Amino acid sequence: MASLSMAPVNIFKHGADEEKAETARLSSFVGAIAIGDLVKSTLGPKGMDKILLGGGKGGTVTVTNDGATILKAIGVDNPAAKVLVDMSKVQDDEVGDGTTSVTVLAAELLREAELLIAQKIHPQTIIAGWRKATQVAREALREAAVDHSNDQARFQEDLLNISRTTLSSKLLTHHKDHFARLAVDAVMRLKGSGNLEAIHVIKKLGGSLTDSYLDEGFLLDKKIGVNQPKRLENANILIANTGMDTDKIKIFGSRVRVDSTAKVAEIELAEKEKMKEKVDRILKHGINCFINRQLIYNYPEQLFAQAGVMAIEHADFAGVERLALVTGGEITSTFDHPELVKLGHCKLIEEVMIGEDMLIHFSGVAMGEACTIVLRGATQQILDEAERSLHDALCVLAQTVKEPRTVYGGGCSEMLMAKVVTDLASRTPGKEAVAMESFAKALRMLPTIIADNAGYDSADLVSQLRAAHQENKTMFGLNMAEGTIGDMAELGITESFQVKRQVLLSASEAAEMIIRVDNIIKAAPRKRVPDHHPC
Amino acid sequence: MSGVGTLAFDEFGRPFIIIKDQDRKKRLSGIEALKSHIMAAKAVASTLKTSLGPNGLDKMMVDKDGEVTVTNDGATILSMMDVDHQIAKLMVELSKSQDDEIGDGTTGVVVLAGALLEQAEQLLDRGIHPIRISDGYDQAACIAIEQLDKIAETFPFDPNNTEPLIQTAMTTLGSKVINRCHRQMAEIAVNAILTVADMERKDVDFELIKMEGKVGGKLEDTQLIKGVIVDKEFSHPQMPKVLKDVKIAILTCPFEPPKPKTKHKLDVTSVEDYKALQKYEKEKFEEMIQQVKGNGANLAICQWGFDDEANHLLLQNELPAVRWVGGPEIELIAIATGGRIVPRFCELTPEKLGTAGVVKEISFGTTKDHMLVIQECKNTRAVTIFIRGGNKMIIEEAKRALHDALCVIRNLVRDNRVVYGGGASEIACALAVNQAADKCPSLEQYAMRAFADALEVIPMALAENSGLNPIQTMTEIRAKQVKENNPFLGIDCLHHNTNDMKQQHVIETLIGKKQQILLATQVVKMILKIDDIRSPGEVED
Ligand SMILES: Nc1ncnc2c1ncn2[C@@H]1O[C@H](COP(=O)(O)OP(=O)(O)OP(=O)(O)O)[C@@H](O)[C@H]1O
Ligand SMILES: Nc1ncnc2c1ncn2[C@@H]1O[C@H](COP(=O)(O)OP(=O)(O)OP(=O)(O)O)[C@@H](O)[C@H]1O
Ligand SMILES: [Mg+2]
Ligand SMILES: [Mg+2]
Repeated sequence: MASLSMAPVNIFKHGADEEKAETARLSSFVGAIAIGDLVKSTLGPKGMDKILLGGGKGGTVTVTNDGATILKAIGVDNPAAKVLVDMSKVQDDEVGDGTTSVTVLAAELLREAELLIAQKIHPQTIIAGWRKATQVAREALREAAVDHSNDQARFQEDLLNISRTTLSSKLLTHHKDHFARLAVDAVMRLKGSGNLEAIHVIKKLGGSLTDSYLDEGFLLDKKIGVNQPKRLENANILIANTGMDTDKIKIFGSRVRVDSTAKVAEIELAEKEKMKEKVDRILKHGINCFINRQLIYNYPEQLFAQAGVMAIEHADFAGVERLALVTGGEITSTFDHPELVKLGHCKLIEEVMIGEDMLIHFSGVAMGEACTIVLRGATQQILDEAERSLHDALCVLAQTVKEPRTVYGGGCSEMLMAKVVTDLASRTPGKEAVAMESFAKALRMLPTIIADNAGYDSADLVSQLRAAHQENKTMFGLNMAEGTIGDMAELGITESFQVKRQVLLSASEAAEMIIRVDNIIKAAPRKRVPDHHPC
Repeated sequence: MSGVGTLAFDEFGRPFIIIKDQDRKKRLSGIEALKSHIMAAKAVASTLKTSLGPNGLDKMMVDKDGEVTVTNDGATILSMMDVDHQIAKLMVELSKSQDDEIGDGTTGVVVLAGALLEQAEQLLDRGIHPIRISDGYDQAACIAIEQLDKIAETFPFDPNNTEPLIQTAMTTLGSKVINRCHRQMAEIAVNAILTVADMERKDVDFELIKMEGKVGGKLEDTQLIKGVIVDKEFSHPQMPKVLKDVKIAILTCPFEPPKPKTKHKLDVTSVEDYKALQKYEKEKFEEMIQQVKGNGANLAICQWGFDDEANHLLLQNELPAVRWVGGPEIELIAIATGGRIVPRFCELTPEKLGTAGVVKEISFGTTKDHMLVIQECKNTRAVTIFIRGGNKMIIEEAKRALHDALCVIRNLVRDNRVVYGGGASEIACALAVNQAADKCPSLEQYAMRAFADALEVIPMALAENSGLNPIQTMTEIRAKQVKENNPFLGIDCLHHNTNDMKQQHVIETLIGKKQQILLATQVVKMILKIDDIRSPGEVED
């Protein structure tokens, strides 16, 4: 009888499933390690890109090196893999970079854990060891971090290095310096506010990546209405979010019910009149430029043209918000009190040609910090990836301006952390030491993979690195240009402390969560039939 | 066994029974049915058993949409298990009752019920009638409860010395993944309860404690905020991000012209109507804003949305607003700021406004995520636990674990008697029940002894989960309890080199333990009475 106590009766709904102990672990490890293996080839400056083929009718193609982008695009079914995907997404939202590293580190930790559990080490023992390891690693990272924020020149140098390191693994590699400078220039303009909203990135097909540039004004990818001025000096801008078709009647339950076509015409006329009145009210603001988030229909467009006012329609929401921010105007939806409305201002509005497209250029805007980065590139894929890479760099730089501490990249920080963890392990009695040892091993996997991806002899390089760190050459990391090890400070391979710390903490947290699991219990998947229970 | 199916082993060596026809299984009755029920209940209990205690592990639950939850909480595991068996559902209910009444101990209660049923099965094999087993269990439960009262200690409940409270919270949190920040989380829970507790009425209004999570940052950044956080932002991007000395109008009426009173639809039949209607609309908007401002409000919190025009009018009239605030949040804001929820504009009066020192919008990471923090509220007793973490699963689990801890501290406010955990009280109860069984002349003595054995399953599971030899550890401690006459000896799960749970500060509430025993006994008795189940779909066969 006793032997039957496992699962002798089916208590689950048909289609539901339970995986126990070894099976559950096996499935977690397999899933998580697969995710790690998937992104690991993209890690580091010589990492490969992935081509993602979007499903559906569009059949979109994305070429990317960004861990979070890859993971967002693939559908994962394995629950442990889902934890890692979520973690990398959070890393992306939180600091913008390190999304591949965090996934690879978590997966490597789990790979190690699999071995430990096979040796019958209790998951809780592993966790206890890992927690202590994380603690000392974090301390070591904090101690190794340097802060140059009070030395303007060096800090600028740091930023440029960080920008370069972040971009080094991306499509942009060949144009690394150019883009690194673009990103730093853009972020430096923000004067420490770190408000990325003020940086506008637009992509224009054509030209090459090196033609990308930073524009000190603001560019809007829209058209000016017909017969309206195409160039304005000292513009007074009204930024609006209002319907320029007809004003709807909002009283609940009302509807238009008329009994003859004549009446319809009458109402239509009234609507037209109303529109004219609205335009008049808008014009009373003393403006020469009107920008609306929504469409502007023909009739009002004509009216604006008659009044000699430039009218721009359908600036999307982000565009309008940014315009409001940079020109200092408010987003207006009612027009009865011109005296209360804050208009936006800029020195000059003109049309400019970029590639084959005409864009509207606002220069001399009220908010001097704002700028636009115009990306040029031969294909949409290149542009998209350039934008993602630039986004990583901008995020990291904005974070670094706020939290100026930096650490060294190229596997240097990982080796540094691995060393203190190994030291701790040698001082720790019991099985926890084994867990710590494996933690250090997982950390050392990052430089190993970076070297592997470049086709170098990783075992050799990493053991050289170990030796260097043992001799207290704590700034040594991988020199990927030469295939040797080198001083990261000299090579200028710098990374943000915050990104590295977040990688360490998130990865160990997620790995810990996954090895704590001993059962996976799945509900029967929702049937693909219209169900009667909403939510 | 022939009634159930054939016994087989799967590729991992797990035994399972092939039921001849998955969907239309043959109905069982009598003892056979009872045994099959017991098996189902045991299957549920055995799943939970490995989650018990500080070394217990977690379960990963995948719901029908593939969403993943990682949890150690018994009630959550069971509620997410897609069970389709009447008896298994009773176990789910059992754990839920413990959760509703006590909040913690939801794993233990199921493990105990499973053990009681396993023991009952053996008694059934020996030919003892289910009713006699029930009676014996009943008597044993009474003795166990009495014993708990005897070994319980009264707890010094002193808001100035929170150390014992923190230790109790730590016992509860010990089995959860967030024990990485063990003490910090315990302190947060204790501070939250102490801020909110009504010491005179000896109760805690949970409505005043809100938990809000946001992915990102570190678990260590989790903090207790005196005030309310809502996952919303100011309605217009250009409204100020920080407001001071705020008077809040809390509106559940839409910021829209009112619905015409007449039952009939308002028909627009002519140009005049149309114009009049539009004029009316605009006037109405302005009137509303004036009404709100006229009463002295400088912030409007609205349950409903309003359109761009209303939004801009608000900006122009310098009345910051927040829209689409959910019902429970509206209520919480009202409680915290001492305001009244106003369902109609005309009912707004200055007295009904809520007050807060600061309302500010905070942003996170590199995304455009914002939250509103309402602080320095009139009602200083409203608090929010703001949880951060590296992925959404850990934040959800942190919420559940903190909920357990909050419940336990609340229970202590209600009744400050405690017992010691780590299986210590279960062993003490088992000893008492066994003693009583020796004095019992009737057949029930077997059931009582079985009950005692079942109680010992808790310490055995704790030992097993900690990698100790369950039977050996258990026997040693039982002997030690008798020898030293010390009911506080339990399993040394964390290898602190003492079995004295009082010294280890493994503290549990008396009411929690009592409830576990009562509820488990009750459900087991119920299962023992069922010897046939008919579900509505089965009538035709
Ligand atoms: N020039 C370089 N030499 C050596 N190592 C480098 C160099 N540039 C970057 N690295 C290292 O490569 C790693 C970063 O790789 P990568 O940018 O592919 O991944 P990620 O930042 O983790 O994720 P993602 O950028 O996809 O969000 C870091 O460990 C960094 O130190
Ligand atoms: N440090 C400790 N040493 C020994 N036993 C402990 C310790 N901490 C907790 N326990 C025991 O662990 C058990 C509680 O485990 P756990 O919190 O996993 O389950 P639960 O409280 O029954 O259910 P849940 O928390 O899921 O609602 C109790 O029996 C308690 O006495
Ligand atoms: Mg990177
Ligand atoms: Mg508990």
